[in-house]
Order: sequence, then C-alpha cells, then structure tokens
Amino acid sequence: MKASTKKTFTEAAVRASAQVYDVQNMDQALAKALEILAAKAPLVPQTKTAQPTTGPILAAPDLTDTAFDRLNSLCREQGISLIRDNLRQFPQGIDMGITHARYGIAETGTIVVESDDEEVRLASMLSEFHLAILSPSEIGESALDMADQLAELTANPASYTAFITGPSRTADIERVLAIGVHGPLELHIVLVEEE
Amino acid sequence: MTEQKSESLKDYKKRLDAALDNDFLRQAMDKFAIAYPQARKAAFEGMDVDAMVDEVAGIKADATLNNAALLSQFIRKAEAAGAVVHRAATAEEANAIINRIAKDTNSRNVIKSKSMTAEEIHLNLHLEEKGLDVTETDLGEWIVQLRGEGPSHMVMPAIHLSRFQVADLFSEVTGAKQEDEIQHLVKVARKELREKFIQADIGVTGANFALAETGTIGIATNEGNARLASTLPRVHVALMGIDKVLPSMKEALTVNRILPKNATGQAITSYVTWITGPTQCKVSEGDKREMHIVLLDNGRSKIAEDPVFSQVLQCVRCGACANVCPVYRMVGGHQLGHIYIGAIGLITTYFFHGRENAKNLVQNCTNCGACKAICAGGINLPTLIKEVHARIQDEDGHPMKSLLLGKVLKNRKLFHTLLRTARAAQKPVTGGTPYLRHLPLVLSSEHNFRALPAIAEKPFRDRFKDFPQPANPVKTVALFSGCVQDFVYPEQLEAAMKGFYKANIRVVFPEKQSCCGLPALMMGEKQAAKDVALQNIHAMGNLAGVDHIVTLCASCASHLKHGVPDLVQEQAPSQCRIFSDKILSYSQLMAQADVELPQAKIGKQTAFHSPCHLCRGMKEKTAPQALIDQSGNSYVPTQEEETCCGFGGSFSANFPAVSREILKRKLTDVERSGAEVLVTECPGCVMQLRGGAKKQDRSFQVIHLSELLFGQ
Repeated sequence: MKASTKKTFTEAAVRASAQVYDVQNMDQALAKALEILAAKAPLVPQTKTAQPTTGPILAAPDLTDTAFDRLNSLCREQGISLIRDNLRQFPQGIDMGITHARYGIAETGTIVVESDDEEVRLASMLSEFHLAILSPSEIGESALDMADQLAELTANPASYTAFITGPSRTADIERVLAIGVHGPLELHIVLVEEE
Repeated sequence: MTEQKSESLKDYKKRLDAALDNDFLRQAMDKFAIAYPQARKAAFEGMDVDAMVDEVAGIKADATLNNAALLSQFIRKAEAAGAVVHRAATAEEANAIINRIAKDTNSRNVIKSKSMTAEEIHLNLHLEEKGLDVTETDLGEWIVQLRGEGPSHMVMPAIHLSRFQVADLFSEVTGAKQEDEIQHLVKVARKELREKFIQADIGVTGANFALAETGTIGIATNEGNARLASTLPRVHVALMGIDKVLPSMKEALTVNRILPKNATGQAITSYVTWITGPTQCKVSEGDKREMHIVLLDNGRSKIAEDPVFSQVLQCVRCGACANVCPVYRMVGGHQLGHIYIGAIGLITTYFFHGRENAKNLVQNCTNCGACKAICAGGINLPTLIKEVHARIQDEDGHPMKSLLLGKVLKNRKLFHTLLRTARAAQKPVTGGTPYLRHLPLVLSSEHNFRALPAIAEKPFRDRFKDFPQPANPVKTVALFSGCVQDFVYPEQLEAAMKGFYKANIRVVFPEKQSCCGLPALMMGEKQAAKDVALQNIHAMGNLAGVDHIVTLCASCASHLKHGVPDLVQEQAPSQCRIFSDKILSYSQLMAQADVELPQAKIGKQTAFHSPCHLCRGMKEKTAPQALIDQSGNSYVPTQEEETCCGFGGSFSANFPAVSREILKRKLTDVERSGAEVLVTECPGCVMQLRGGAKKQDRSFQVIHLSELLFGQ
C-alpha cells in the first residue's frame, strides 16, 4: 500500500466525521480504546425498562483470546464490564463496541466489516461508540479497485458485510445533519501497523 | 390510496395553490434548491460525471435487456444460499405474500426500513388490515407514518415539515413535551424506535441491489436502521422491484459510486450492507434467521418490453430529478408525484398506479430538461413525460383544446391565417401598446401575473424580402423564425438580420416553414408534432447550399435538433439527420461569425437568463455570455442563471400560479445581481420575463440577445 493511500483514507474518513488513529501494535490499540472510553459521557439507556448500569460496558466479540484476556484485565482494574457475547441482552445500549475491519476503502474513508457473526454486527450497531481495528496494509484505493476482493467476501453464504463510513446520520428534519439516529454516535478507526 | 376516486384537474390545482401558500415549504425548498447543486458539485469534484452516467446507463440498460436471465440466476443463487424467494406479479400478490409470511411465522410486530417499493404497494396499510403492528424506522418515514402521510421526497421523506411540527408530533407520541431542537428530536426517535426494534418479529427492508452472481442483496442507508431491521428480528423480508437485479458486485459498486452523490451530495451513505443468505440469529431455531426475498414486477416487465419506456428501468432511485425540478421546488412532493416523486414519478405513476393518478401530474412539467441533465441513469425524462401525456390522451380521448391546437398546427396556412385574424381582433384590447391590456376572455384572471404581448402589425415573413443580402457572402444560413418571433416579436429577427448582413452571411427564408411542433408535443399531440416535423424538413428542402439552419428561439433549436429526429427517424431517416446536424442557435452562429459588434456607448450591467433549451437542450453555456462582453456591455452572473423562468409554453397557461412563483424567483435573482438589462435567447422566455418584469415593476429591461447586439 502506498503511503498516499493511507493519507487519502484518513482524510476521507475524517470528512465523514470518523476519527482515525495510528498505532504500532495491538497493545497500543487497546490502550487507545480505553482512553477514548474513559473520556466518554455515560451511556444514555435506550429502553424504558433498562436497569441503571454501574460502569461502562465494553463489547469486544471478535478479539483473539490473547487480546481479549489482556483487555479484560485492564477493564477489571478500571471498573469496566467487558463482554464478548450475548450482546442481545444489552438492547439499552453498550458504551463501546470493538470490532476488526477487514478492509479500508481510501476514496470514501470506508471500513469493511465482516459481520456474519451476530455479536460482531450488534457490537457495531448497539454501541454508542464503535471502534474498528484496521490494518493499513488492507486499505485499497477505491471500492471498484477492490471489486474482486469485496465480491469474494460477500459470495459465500451466510455473509453479512457492512461498508461503514462515519457514524450513523440523518438529515431528515429540515435537512440538518444529526448524528446517531440508530447506530453509533461516534466511529473511531485505529490503524494498527503490526496487525 | 389507489382506491381513491380520481382527482379533477381543478381539485389538483387547488392543492397546488395550497402548497404555494405554504411558507415553510417555500423556504425549505428554496434553501434545498440552492444547497443541493453545491453539495453535488463538491461530491463529484475531479470526476467525469458524464462518463459515469453513461456507464451506469449502460449497466442498467443491459440489466433490463437481460432481466429474465439475471433474475433466474439470482433466484437460484439466493435459494442455494438458504433464502426463500417469492415472485409477485402485482402489488396485491406482494402484500399477500408478506402477510402470509407474517402469519406462518406467528408474527405480530413489524419494523421497516425505508423502501419506496413498500410505499408503491401500500404495504403498511395491508399489514395493518391483518392486525399487524407496523413501525417505520427511517426517521423521515416514521414522521410521515405518524402523520398518516406518504413521503414527499424519495430520499428525504419529511422535507416538507418543520422542526416545530416534528416536536409537536413527538410530544404527542411520547406524552411528554419535546423541545423543538433537532439533535434532541433525533435522540427521541432513537429511543422510541429502539424499543420497537427489540419487540419486532419481522424486519422488512428494501434493497438497492440484487446480485445475480451470488444471490446477494445490497442496501444503502445513512441511519443504520436497515442493519438493525435485518439483525434483531427473527424474520427478514427484503422487498424489491425486479429492476434491482445486476450481474455482480462490480456493477453494483459502479452504480453506488454515483447514487449517493447524486441523491444528496454525499460521497457514500454511512452504511452499505451486503447480505447473502440467512445470517446468524441467536434467538431463532437453528441459530439462523428466516430470510425472504420478495421480487415485485407490478408492471416492470411490461415497461422492459416497451421500446420507448424500457429506459425507465435505468432509474436508480436517487431522487435527483425532483431535487432540480422547478415545479417540485414550488409545490413539493405530495403535489408532484403519487408515490414516486419528481420527473420519474410522473412517468412511473402511469405504469404502477394507473392513468387516473397520472393524468394531471403529467401535465405539470415545464419541459426544462433539468431532470434529464442530472439523471444518474441517463433517462430522457422530459420526452417520456410527454410520451405518457400523449398515451393518456390516446386512451382517454383528447381534450378539445389540445385537439384543436393539433389540427391547427398541422395546417400551416390555417394557423397563419388565424394569427393574422387574431391581430385584427386584439386591437380593442391593446390600446395602441405592444401589450394586451385586457386579457382576452379565454384567459382567466390568474394569467394576469405577466403582461402578455400583442401580435405584431406585420409578421416577419412579410418583411423578409425588404432586407438587403451581402454581395459576397461567406456562408449561407436558412432562418427558422419560429411562430413567436415571426408573429409577435419580428423586431428580434430584424435586429438579427442587420447583424447577418454585417457578418456577410446570406440568409434564406423558406416560406413553407411552420411551427417547430414543440407546442403540440407539450399538449400531448404527438401525431401533429410528427406531421409538422416532416413539413419543416420538406420546407427546408435540399440543404446542399445551406451551411446552417439558425433560429433565434432556443426551444425551436433544441426541438429541431433533438426532438424532430426522435419523432420522424422512421419516416425520414437520412433527411432528419442532415436537418438536425445543421441546426445552430443564434449565439452559436454569432460566436463563430467574423463581425465587429457595435460597441455600446454606455456599457450596461447585463444579466443573462440561460433558456433551458439553450443550456441543456443545445448544451450551449458560454457563447451568449461572451457575446455580451464583446458588445461593450458587462455580463453579470445571476444566482440561478440556468433555472427555468416558468414559461414552458402551454405549461404557463395550464398552471399559471406555479409559473408565476417560478418567475418571481427568477426576477428577484436578476434584481439582486444589480443588472440594468436582462438578456435571453428565446422569445418564449422574453415573453415571460418581460411581461413579469413589467407587471412587477422591476428595475431592468428584458431583451433578446439579437436586440442587445444589433437593435436600435
């Protein structure tokens, strides 16, 4: 991948209201996630029957066991509930969902999330913040350039693939842009060199 | 809604008047009309938009041609992936299928993401009739659902509503006072709808793409509601028209590159979701969701087989044709569509919802061509609108007014005699001025928004022989005068004749030329338009010694160049091609002529109204402006130079109130530019703009380009 592709990706993602970070390795990525979570306002429960939560809820369904365990010990120190599955049990919302992104598309600042697994899907939908981990070597110039890879990704059933560009948005009232109508209020993309 | 009794033209006009009186709608639409082109331009920055449109048009045209094969491949693949595929020939069948799915799966609660196809079949109504609880989750759709309305724009369903109306509505729904702050209102919807998502048994979505190669569906949304609708409930029903099928991911990505940019000026929607087969669902038996795909025909295969209308299926539902439509801007989507809105809606209403719902709508078009110029699928929308109009008249019977017009236009001698007689008859109402001071009885008072010109003492055709011709001409042009200049504004042609002489251009005036035929087409009289087209081709005769056919009327120019070959290519294939190739607008001819323009003694600030049929029809966007500067005047740009003036021939006679509002904005733009003179290149536009400027007492003068360059 050319350095310019990464730059194009970052600029386009920022234009779409995402935030992009460069880190060297997974440890730094997890630290970045917790740093963003620490600065986040408390969850606004989305259901009438929701129980008040005691601390932030973090979901990380598709981390490797090693990464998950490391994150889990950090979360315990900080009073964060880390969950890996049964995200359906949290319809009132999750503070942050961490998922991997399979590809990046530079032209539009888009991440491609392979979310055949229901938990991965919900982590990127029910959470107030979605944090995606992407390897910069997987960023292509444009969706059309990557048509073959994208076709392959979606070809085999069951497949649920999401192109995600910025947070959930709407302009349905007076054409004024508003963020977070159904999905995440913020999208954070962490580019991990050694991923 | 389909069961509604058909609306009379009079009642339709009442609805238009009410919309014109809606101040919020006016403001919202005006803001959008200005903001949209800028956003779109930025989104396409550095891209060859025309080439992209051609590519999409080609992809969709091929997919239309191969629809049957692509569909069967898609069905095979989707079924192999585990989806249940249903084909519905009609709206009724589709509704029955979805109701049956609900029954078979013991479902009670349905959530929906945005789908125009569901609107098309009135799905909510049919599901509710069976006792199901249906909730729209797209914010705009939810708002209009709560109000018991339909969408007023294909991608911005609630664009007609203000934050105050939404706040009142949400206060009512939640039983608590909600502030009229947009970010807050969005959060209210998030919370209310999240509850509905959790309770839902079925999620109904539309789809933007169906990929034959893999049986995949693609859905584009900004809010992310289609993702939730296809993830939380245990049953997913995807409803789409059969025209959504494309060969593979590559074609879909090509279409998706243009779709959001053209729709709202976004590079891409926040979410594009690709689903192949039933995905994991942990509350379903066997860990899999039940996935149904409903493929709706509802007249589409009939459209595909129609040689004239098959291009309708090149539509990608971006809604841009409404975004740029001057009439849509004035009256809003509820008045300019039945379910589908804007130019494409005027056409598809006829096919999907019948001629009773289409017959009034289809006349509400100025033929300005802005929709055609912006269409992502390269559809010739204005021509198809006229075609629907003509078909409805063929089926329903032609109204006396248009029938007479057709008959008169077909007979040039009769037509010209009538015009000469009209001149004598109008004398009592002109009071010696060049305007009709009292409107003739055929026109009602609502036409009084502009002063109408009187018919000239002596038409141009009777004066032509008096003009000298150059001794050593550098070229020869045939002059096509058009009816308005010939009989109403001969002075515009006379000024042009002076310039031609100076430029050493010999002019011939074939006597048997008649009306260009566009007015007949505008009134749905296609046969008359064909007859007149052939008469004009024959009148121009052997064009061997003629370098160009020139006309000072942009509408005539564009119609002769593009409309005539479309109409008579079967009857006169080679002649109509030669004829079309020779057509030039006045400014195009003068831009290439070697002539010194008389320099204005006092250079005036001069604005230009670019006639629709010049800037889009003839694709001429620079020659008149350059000529203004070369004449010693200063060209000043106006905000919406290429927006229609509201004339549109018979449009302004049929819908005077809408025409008046379009005109008002145009004149205000010109006044804001500080121009002392407004120049244009079409006698129809002169009639509208000059008449309006006089009536509204505007500070500038309105003249034709020829008068600016060579007039008194």
